[in-house]
Amino acid sequence: MTPARAVDAPSFSTSRFRAEREADWIAFDLLLTKLEKKGAKALTSDELLQLPLLYRATLSSLSIARATSLDKALLGHLEALSIRGYFLVYGVRESRLNRLRRFFLYDWPAAVRAVWKETIVIALIIILGALTSYSLVANNPEWYFNFVPEEMSGGRDPRATAEYLQSTLGHGKEADDDAESGLHVFATYLFTHNSQVSILSFALGFAFGVPTMMLEYYQGIGLGAMLAVFAGKGLGFDFGGWLFIHGTTELFAAALSGAAGLRIGTAVVFPGARGRLQAASEAGRTAGKVMVGVILMLLVAGLLEGFGRQLITDTMLRYGIGTLMLAFWLAYYYVPRRQDVT
Amino acid sequence: MTAAATNARIRADRKKKTRQFITPEGVDLELKIASSGLRFGALVLDLTLIMLSLLLFSLLVAWGGIATQSDIAVSIWLLGAFVLRTFWFIGFELGSRAATPGKRMMGIRVVARDGGRLTADAVVARNLIRELELFLPLMMLGVGAAEEMVSAWTAVAGVVWSLTLSLFLLFNRDRMRMGDLIAGTWVVMAERAKLDADIATDGAGDAMRFSEEELAVYGIFELQELERVLRGKDPRAMREVADAIRAKIGRPIAEEDDVFLLSYYRQLKARLERKLLFGKRREDKNASD
Repeated sequence: MTPARAVDAPSFSTSRFRAEREADWIAFDLLLTKLEKKGAKALTSDELLQLPLLYRATLSSLSIARATSLDKALLGHLEALSIRGYFLVYGVRESRLNRLRRFFLYDWPAAVRAVWKETIVIALIIILGALTSYSLVANNPEWYFNFVPEEMSGGRDPRATAEYLQSTLGHGKEADDDAESGLHVFATYLFTHNSQVSILSFALGFAFGVPTMMLEYYQGIGLGAMLAVFAGKGLGFDFGGWLFIHGTTELFAAALSGAAGLRIGTAVVFPGARGRLQAASEAGRTAGKVMVGVILMLLVAGLLEGFGRQLITDTMLRYGIGTLMLAFWLAYYYVPRRQDVT
Repeated sequence: MTAAATNARIRADRKKKTRQFITPEGVDLELKIASSGLRFGALVLDLTLIMLSLLLFSLLVAWGGIATQSDIAVSIWLLGAFVLRTFWFIGFELGSRAATPGKRMMGIRVVARDGGRLTADAVVARNLIRELELFLPLMMLGVGAAEEMVSAWTAVAGVVWSLTLSLFLLFNRDRMRMGDLIAGTWVVMAERAKLDADIATDGAGDAMRFSEEELAVYGIFELQELERVLRGKDPRAMREVADAIRAKIGRPIAEEDDVFLLSYYRQLKARLERKLLFGKRREDKNASD
């Protein structure tokens, strides 16, 4: 480090270069190890001040070594050390808590707002699916069996009696008493299952969004077919309540996951002025944020479905809760806020 | 293939794997793309670790469930398994080393392709896509096996189609998975290289003097191979290399192999480094001196 010594040395030697700088590299290595193991909080203020200095010293050593030294072990060590240092020094700029706060306050709603066009498209697709199957099943109940697999329907098909259908909605005479103990199991199962499905519908998006749209259309189909069966028995209103309490949250989440997938699909097909790769990665980041939100929403939906729906049997109350949830999500996502950073 | 061509090919391969990555200080870090073998190894390690933790977790929950006689254990297990499966990769890659335990063992890490910092959304995106890459082929197999109306060929076609997605990283230069592509990330080498002793200074090494002609036969590639042999300290390899050099420069066998090699290494290194300072980089023995 001292230029005076270099002056009185007639010939530059890489061994001397190493002897002079080695202490810095070792100190930097130790500091990085400490930082990796215990985090930035474990460093004293002295060490924190040292960090960028040692980082720059190491980078400058690397440049000099590349230009002058042929010692492979030395070059390898300096390269590895610089790479490690670079990612630690430039890597994390905010604490996890801060990151979390920003995600909930700004990033999540902003990402959802950014995919609003896709959300509308997917919502229309779901509605289209529901309308298709509704009109088909309403005209000819036989269609039902094409849409809803036998084991999924659990006896809720056009052959069932109105009483039975009523009981499946949870406020008939035969509302299960023993079902209550298993509620949380049911809720967790619903949550994990729905999450996997929406992750899939998101992940399928890059295939130009086609599989995503098909998956969402299929979701709509199942919905419409069920609705037609219940409406045919004059239970449409009750079924609506049964569905509404968690459905507003769950279907919203499903639409968002589809929208996230579609976003990636459209970015790949129509990258615009950007490169295709860049467009895909930008869309991917927005979609990633949306997806974390979707999983959280599905957690809420699972709770509403598993507990709320089984414990609250009054149809009007169910509608009320469903509407409230919808209003909450809409306000959370779409009401503009002052300090939007993204 | 001549030795010159082989050397050139090795260097070209190395170059093909290195990517320019310039820090704000203006230094190129020359990141190296991790090979598909390492990626696969890391994945297998991670999946094994997930299985093991799931097993442990299951035992723990089963014990708890039996002890408390309640079915809340089932919920806890379902949730735990979901969290483990979905957030194992995300959680570890969000850490300061940006690598899962499997990746750490393989010495690789995730990096943002544009050189910026690795954001949480990129990590989430790249790992949710993994869900598809891993499970779609399995699902296709499952569908094929479960539904008899689907012919075997349809199932095979489905598996092949989904495998092209899963094996996407084999088809591009940067070894990007589908998830990397969408998240804008790369997986690069992040090995730790220990600082080995400087073999150009310690011990006796100036026992012999070599003439300019004797040193002029080799270039940087040979020097670094010699360094590898010297650091390896394998007597048989040293004997072979020493004999090859002696034959090349026409010296009789007069001294110990390690003394001979060390002296030769030092003087060759000094000569080549001096030339380097004057802007002359001689890549290997076939390049002009």
